[in-house]
Amino acid sequence: MKKKSLLTLGMLLALSFILVLGACGSSTAGSSSSSSSASSSKALSGKLTIGGSTALQPLAAQAAKEFMDKNPGVQIDVQGGGSGTGLSEVSAGNFNIGMSDIFAENGKNIDAKALTDNKVAVVGMTAAVNPKAGVKNLSKADLIKVFTGKVRNWKQVGGKNVKITLVNRPDGSGTRATFDQFALDKQTPAEGITQDSTNTVKKIVAQTPGAIGYMALSYFTANDHSVVKLSIDGVDATYENVASGKFPVWAYEHMYTKGAPTGLTKAFIDFVMSDAVQSKDVPAQGYFSESKMTVQRDASGKTTNK
Amino acid sequence: MSHLIPLTAVYRLSDKWGVMMNTRKAMADSAANVPAGPSLLREKGIIKRFTDRYSESRGKAIIYSSAFLMIIAVVAITLFLTLQGLRSFVIDHLNIWNFLTGTEWYPDRASNPQFGAFPFIFGSVAVTLLAALLATPIAIGTAIFMAELANKWGQRIMQPVIEILVGIPSVVYGLIGLSVFVPLMRAHFGGSGFNLLAGALVVGIMILPTVASIAADSIRAVPDKLREASYAIGGTKWQTIWKVVIPAAGSSLMTAIVLGMSRAFGEALAVQMVIGNARNLPHSIFDPSATLTTIITLSMGNTTTGSVLNDALWSLGLILLAISYIFILIIRYLSRKRVV
Repeated sequence: MKKKSLLTLGMLLALSFILVLGACGSSTAGSSSSSSSASSSKALSGKLTIGGSTALQPLAAQAAKEFMDKNPGVQIDVQGGGSGTGLSEVSAGNFNIGMSDIFAENGKNIDAKALTDNKVAVVGMTAAVNPKAGVKNLSKADLIKVFTGKVRNWKQVGGKNVKITLVNRPDGSGTRATFDQFALDKQTPAEGITQDSTNTVKKIVAQTPGAIGYMALSYFTANDHSVVKLSIDGVDATYENVASGKFPVWAYEHMYTKGAPTGLTKAFIDFVMSDAVQSKDVPAQGYFSESKMTVQRDASGKTTNK
Repeated sequence: MSHLIPLTAVYRLSDKWGVMMNTRKAMADSAANVPAGPSLLREKGIIKRFTDRYSESRGKAIIYSSAFLMIIAVVAITLFLTLQGLRSFVIDHLNIWNFLTGTEWYPDRASNPQFGAFPFIFGSVAVTLLAALLATPIAIGTAIFMAELANKWGQRIMQPVIEILVGIPSVVYGLIGLSVFVPLMRAHFGGSGFNLLAGALVVGIMILPTVASIAADSIRAVPDKLREASYAIGGTKWQTIWKVVIPAAGSSLMTAIVLGMSRAFGEALAVQMVIGNARNLPHSIFDPSATLTTIITLSMGNTTTGSVLNDALWSLGLILLAISYIFILIIRYLSRKRVV
């Protein structure tokens, strides 16, 4: 009896080994299975792995859900992991689509020429200020002074007598890169609290007197007065001003593919770029459609009229 | 203490098992000796005879391979981390001394990026020591209560309480810290409320149950004859605990504390939520600070494989591993002293 159970145990062990090995094998082979044929007439099937930027993740997940509803044979996994992970993994061929807040050209050690860029949305961002600071608008020069630590009290830039507390994002974060480049003119911010998640940043700014952080425009809502949405140089941070090129702090949300997209990958990206997603899900998730922009921007940050 | 138990348990199991197998094999042999022609095949099929014959070596193989798998895992992790962690010095040519002692960490700065990890090493050590300082008296007190004072019902109530505390996920401790300690700090000490002390408090509470349960075990391991000798010469309960039991359990208690510290050192999530993650050297325990683990978890996802920042984060991981090895060495040293 005991021996039999031992034998079973051994077999179970062997089986689990095989399963683990099998799982490893299938995950590396995942990318190849996706390139199943995808002519528009034929029903789509296969598996897609999308990962990277957590800022773009909700939009990708929503689009993936709608895509899977339309094509029951398709399975799409949407993962987070951060922009760097997205760029690295799509370059290595482990993700079919890598989501990123930054241009691949600005990702270090990434061969940008091997990747195809799909700009699926535009995200605007601005500084969020604690209401007790008493500022609603700052000139860019003053904003830089605040973030580089040259002024330590809000009264020095026209606010109340409250100490300034900075809330930064971690190194390499797309939000931080965009804000540093376009709001602070590439100046390195002084040290403060660093938090990763936008919700945590918002909570800290709302609770700490004199705190200032930055976040995507979707996190400011009309009837929410817990944080002040800062205007820069008298220009309100709205998508109208972003589209017209008046408000400078915005970035593209990218979906990168290795080489030109084919098969199922192409079908999904076409779906994301279609009107169904661009005019419904993109604004619903707090982004702006790239097609409505009157200005464009290249990887070096140079902005030109379209 | 408890980290030794699994190993010895394996040995004991293998011994017992070997004995059991031997007797079974003897029984099978004696059965096989009965001359019964074809019936032999029916009662003991070929496969069964085969497995009987090799049961000894098969059992051995399973146990040995499990043990080797453990060793291979440790060696593989160490090798992998070392290779990845040394990349920043070998391939990216960062100065190892500047990396360990530099106080400026600006990896993303376009001009003159700096990789000075000292503030994080300091932060990790400071959080660990402060947490141990806060947790130890309470943990030892709890252990004495459990093991010496309230034997029956203390066991019945304290044991589940401690098990529950151990089982609470670290993110919950982080949330409690974020919504209780941080506002408290802000109200009483000014600033943002995110600081070193908040991190140490959260981690201190986290390691409390670990230290308490191991300390209780080591107090229980003190032989009763010592206590009886103390009572016999007129010692009170308190004198017995303070002058006899605690010194006798001494080095095991230290092991409990060091184990707790090594847990505190590795904690990332809960600390990250309350410490503020500022990368300059804190001037006081009321300044925001960062630890090795929080910087790794914050930045890793945003870096691309093979970039300098990614390599530097691996190097931070290597430092973490090295320090946890030191903790283990201390524990080994302490437990050896106890045996002698």
